[in-house]
Amino acid sequence: MKLEDLKKIREKASKEIELRQKQARVKIVVGMGTSGIAAGAREVLKTLLDEIATRNLTDVMVTQTGEKGLASHEPMIEIYEEGKEVVVYGNIDAEKAKRIIAEHIVNHKPVSEYVIEV
Amino acid sequence: MNIVRNHVLISIDAGTLMSGARAVEDALVKEIVKQGLDKEVSVLETGSIGITGRGVILVVYPEGIYYADVTPDDVPELVEEHLLKGRPLTRLILTETPKRTIITKEKTGLLKEQPRIVLKNCGFIDPENIDEYIAAGGYEGIAKVLQTMTSEDVVAEIKSSGLLGRGGAGFPTGMKWDFAIKTPGDEKFVICNADEGEPGTFKDRLILEGDPHKLIEGMLIAGYAIHGTRGFVYIRGEYSLSIERIEKAILDARAYGLLGKNILESNFSFDIVVMKGAGAYVCGEETALIESLEGKRGHPRNKPPFPINAGLWGKPTLVNNVETLANISEIIRNGAEWYKGYGTEKCSGTKVFTILGHVATPGLVETEMGTTLKDIIFEYGGGIKNGKTFKGALVGGAAGAFLGPDMLNVKMDFVNLKEYSAALGSGAILVMNEDTDMVDMLKSVLHFFKHESCGHCVPCRLGTARLVELIDDIAASKAKKEDIDQLLEITRVMKDSSFCPLGQSVTLPVSSALKYFKNEFMSRVTS
Amino acid sequence: MYRDAILKKFDPRLDNILFILHELQDNNPQHYLANADIEKCADYLNIPYSYVHGVVTFYSMFSLKPRGRYIIRLCDSPPCHLMGSESLLDYLKKKLKVDVGKTTADGVFTLEITSCLGICGVAPALMMNEEMIGNLTPERVDTVLEERRQTS
Repeated sequence: MKLEDLKKIREKASKEIELRQKQARVKIVVGMGTSGIAAGAREVLKTLLDEIATRNLTDVMVTQTGEKGLASHEPMIEIYEEGKEVVVYGNIDAEKAKRIIAEHIVNHKPVSEYVIEV
Repeated sequence: MNIVRNHVLISIDAGTLMSGARAVEDALVKEIVKQGLDKEVSVLETGSIGITGRGVILVVYPEGIYYADVTPDDVPELVEEHLLKGRPLTRLILTETPKRTIITKEKTGLLKEQPRIVLKNCGFIDPENIDEYIAAGGYEGIAKVLQTMTSEDVVAEIKSSGLLGRGGAGFPTGMKWDFAIKTPGDEKFVICNADEGEPGTFKDRLILEGDPHKLIEGMLIAGYAIHGTRGFVYIRGEYSLSIERIEKAILDARAYGLLGKNILESNFSFDIVVMKGAGAYVCGEETALIESLEGKRGHPRNKPPFPINAGLWGKPTLVNNVETLANISEIIRNGAEWYKGYGTEKCSGTKVFTILGHVATPGLVETEMGTTLKDIIFEYGGGIKNGKTFKGALVGGAAGAFLGPDMLNVKMDFVNLKEYSAALGSGAILVMNEDTDMVDMLKSVLHFFKHESCGHCVPCRLGTARLVELIDDIAASKAKKEDIDQLLEITRVMKDSSFCPLGQSVTLPVSSALKYFKNEFMSRVTS
Repeated sequence: MYRDAILKKFDPRLDNILFILHELQDNNPQHYLANADIEKCADYLNIPYSYVHGVVTFYSMFSLKPRGRYIIRLCDSPPCHLMGSESLLDYLKKKLKVDVGKTTADGVFTLEITSCLGICGVAPALMMNEEMIGNLTPERVDTVLEERRQTS
């Protein structure tokens, strides 16, 4: 790899990430660090993916990230939508994840009880 | 494909179950099938919706209409009117519908703005996607170094940044690098100490799991600076996710030519391998870690020679902690002056603290060096849980010191804490409330040391065993007053005569616990 | 022999010993290092049996005793201790009817204690084989044990 290549990758990656976010109406980011997983994040991720598949939500993408440091609120998920503020949900389990998909993702009504930050 | 027109949520919690939520749910599902709506309407169970005392609660989307006190008898009418004909059933609508706007909570606790340098990307980028790291400006540090800086320039920059090693001892990183560059040798190694075992510490794990490329970039820059050829990441065996993520990151970096031969078309070649530990706290000590890397029992070595002169396989070896290395690329990209804008005069930059125990929001915070203990506990940690009062904190891990309430205003950095015979250590802060039994806490600390003493030297092997006997007796109210004095005496001897920092550091928790909470110990012994 | 296949993955160099021992133990059906494992490793690296034995006994993740299908490693370091790990240990001992270091009669669980696992934000915590489980309460312990019992 050359130096110019690094710059190119940077530009390309930034664009791709932007594009991916534009193609997807909503991006759901799940905190998948060990604390998150220990508190049940794998089950949350699986539930989200299942719900998205059964409802055939093609404009929703799910990605993962590491821990933010807020262990007491794990598992955490964040919802990114263009033109809207990022919504962070905390202490999520499978049931809550289902409700977030139904209310927030499908019906655009954030579930305020689980919101920990906007 | 089915297009679901309506979602009906049914709240299932203790209250609604008692009011017959299951019967309503059954009736609802049957009625929807009966009226031929099962392809268009879905029924979902949800947890508590936050309304109590109003029986069974249903919410119908997309309208967002709440129904309360629903009984199985209401169901046919509700389904027909609302779901079939689209006319909400006004007689059951909950009038005091909760507002569906988002509550904008005031930022408190760990959500407060933090000056994040090492954890900048943690929890934001996908750690398994190298492109996301690059998009966030990653590998620009090493590019800048290879393009515009000599090894000496890099070392000078790190020196001038005032960065102190974040492994616990706080040794100036630039100075260590300077020794390394001046030591002759055909082959030099960079080891990243990721054997994070200090109780209450998980900052390194967050970096390894959340931003592994940042560590790789830091090691690359260190390798370039000291003319290193190979790097090793020694990770404790329990951190399986960290091992998985860093291994993937290394493969991805190699595929991009960011590790291996002639990196970014320069003359610089460097590669990294991961080494998995097998459960030994003492391997966090750098010479014990090197022994373990070489495939031996992890006993510490005699010092001198220091690893920088004769380390892995006798070659010059630079050992740096994960957090230290995670600072490097940011210092290079933004400059030493920028870095010195954070922290105190003697301790620049930020520090990652873990706030644990009886606080409202346990977790981890990155804040400037020199932030007071009070701010960390009360501003970031959200204060003491359940409105209790602060009794004390164990600061710096098991090999750290207990601090009492009069120490809340102490500024948390390497230099300042030393003045109070405490240590910043790994940055772990274990907070205890008024109900905590301090004898029991010290007992837990001493049991930890006994378990982790490697048995290599007598003072530590026998000392820790004897300390445990004594504290067990004190905790069981079977000890005499002289036993407390003996606790102190043993740790004093261990401090002077133990082979490595493990045995030497037991004096800190013991003497500090007795300094701040002596009364509790005295009340457990007979005179 | 599966052991030879494992050894072949590594160069016969001393610095690979921990990797080799980890793999041998992970692949041993009883999750421990049997005499045969130690002998194989010693032969492959061309070092004495006593040397390998010495390394094995130094590191707490290795065991010389056969263990159950699931190894429960409950953290007892100060942060978990403060959040009640001691009473959880008593609960586990009672529930499994074993002491620390012992395996249940049905061979499913081995109870061990460990130093800090680094997930103190969700203390008290334990490690079940490779999996970390936090925010433990007696009820959560029940669920976790029940799930494992059913899959074994």
